[in-house]
Amino acid sequence: MILDDMAGRCGEWLKGCGPESDIVMSSRIRLARNLADYPFIRRCTDIDRANIESTVRERLTNKAKLKDLTFIDVADLQTLDRQFLVERQLISREHANSDGARAVAIDQQERLSLMVNEEDHLRIQVMKSGLDLVGAWDQINDLDDRIESQLTYAFHPKLGYLTACPTNVGTGMRVSVLVHLPALVITQQIEKVFRSLQKINLVVRGLYGEGTQAMGDFYQVSNQITLGKSENDLIDQVGDVIPVVIDYERKARDFLINEKQNDLFEQVSRAYGTLQNAQQISSEETMFLLSRVRMGINLGLIGDLEIPEVNQLFIRTQPAHLQKLRHSELDTDQRNVERANYLHSQLKLDGGSEASNN
Amino acid sequence: MKCQKCQKQATFHITDLTGDDLLALHLCPDCAKGYLETGESSEDAPVISDVMSKQLKPLEQTADDLRELDAKECPICGISFYEFRQGGRLGCPHDYVFFGEDLDPLLINVHGDNQHVGKQPKRGITDTESQTELIRLRRQMKEVVEQEDYEQASQIRDQIRQIEGEGPASE
Repeated sequence: MILDDMAGRCGEWLKGCGPESDIVMSSRIRLARNLADYPFIRRCTDIDRANIESTVRERLTNKAKLKDLTFIDVADLQTLDRQFLVERQLISREHANSDGARAVAIDQQERLSLMVNEEDHLRIQVMKSGLDLVGAWDQINDLDDRIESQLTYAFHPKLGYLTACPTNVGTGMRVSVLVHLPALVITQQIEKVFRSLQKINLVVRGLYGEGTQAMGDFYQVSNQITLGKSENDLIDQVGDVIPVVIDYERKARDFLINEKQNDLFEQVSRAYGTLQNAQQISSEETMFLLSRVRMGINLGLIGDLEIPEVNQLFIRTQPAHLQKLRHSELDTDQRNVERANYLHSQLKLDGGSEASNN
Repeated sequence: MKCQKCQKQATFHITDLTGDDLLALHLCPDCAKGYLETGESSEDAPVISDVMSKQLKPLEQTADDLRELDAKECPICGISFYEFRQGGRLGCPHDYVFFGEDLDPLLINVHGDNQHVGKQPKRGITDTESQTELIRLRRQMKEVVEQEDYEQASQIRDQIRQIEGEGPASE
């Protein structure tokens, strides 16, 4: 089955390449669209939902030259498989947990994902590794045109693309950049950065929507406003501020290297050592420690591990991924043991790191 | 210990067991209140209910106005303004027309604007009135079928087929 093949691969956003990829994990744009001839989701009957799903699937696969897309019936999936797609950022948690006919279409490289019957009839998403919002926009704009040639969108001359929630009306566009900011967290400057971003109408969230630090120091920066600004303006609004955030993070890393070198080495090598030797480990602790290791690699403190390998460990130690890789359902305790085993097998103590030699 | 969400003193130490793995949180009273009331924030939802309540505060002084507004129902999808206010989601595209004036202050509040300036459909702005009519007819169809009025149901079905037949060319 397609999902089992995916478990062994890395999606686009974890490839660890592209501009500024030491700090920027991925760039993502999503568009919210609705069909003109159906009510929004909350007023849809079961039949409406089923009809929307089959219409979209039929029109897009047959006529819109989107043959490389694979449609997955989300309603038909096991809970574990749905969670797996959430971990890969191909569907939202809401989409996974809702009821009724719904689907997701994805391409082989996992750059595109098209959710059908989420909060809106269509949620189109394009992901790019590293900082590349313009590339993401070119791709999603073209995809949107191709879909629009086959389906009539709900569009209002004054208000633009109409969405179930008025907070998305207009462009229906959310631009997000996923950044890794461990040094700003360690130096306790992260809240200050967040507050200044909020002042310019940007939103900051944790990796999977949570607002806590627990998810490996990954944060998504995205636009709040969708109406009254063009798509290019919205891209600039986010795109212009990311280099500033990158600069703050680099300065914080320099400070740690120059002023707190011993503490930093200690933290990085302890994190690496724990990941290599733990007998059981939770997914939160794994994320936390991998974050330190990831920064250690970027700062040249760990020499025998590459960024793409660490990115892969981030996703493969997530609960659903771990269970898919082990081909069995595991409870939390069992997962903590299996996670430790998996990390041990991937981070074998051959060669040893420079950090641990220090 | 400092709050994980702001710089204040953390006095609430929460262990959340609702997710897949356990989650330990250290929060100040304000952030803890927010967390416990809203739970996990979904991707786009957070602002709307806050904005709505702020938005409608002045109206509460004139309770009659609010009652009248709440009772308004979209003729196409049947959603009332009250239902929209409760759930924060609209019922159909026509709501933006039908509740236009009522939504305008909300849009200004959220977006600071009420005029779209971005992308437009390539095929031009088509008249979607007949599509809107389809939404109404399908709802009506469901109602008459529930009332077992099959004669009217077949009439409505014919109307639906006619509109669908003349719908925008998709090739």
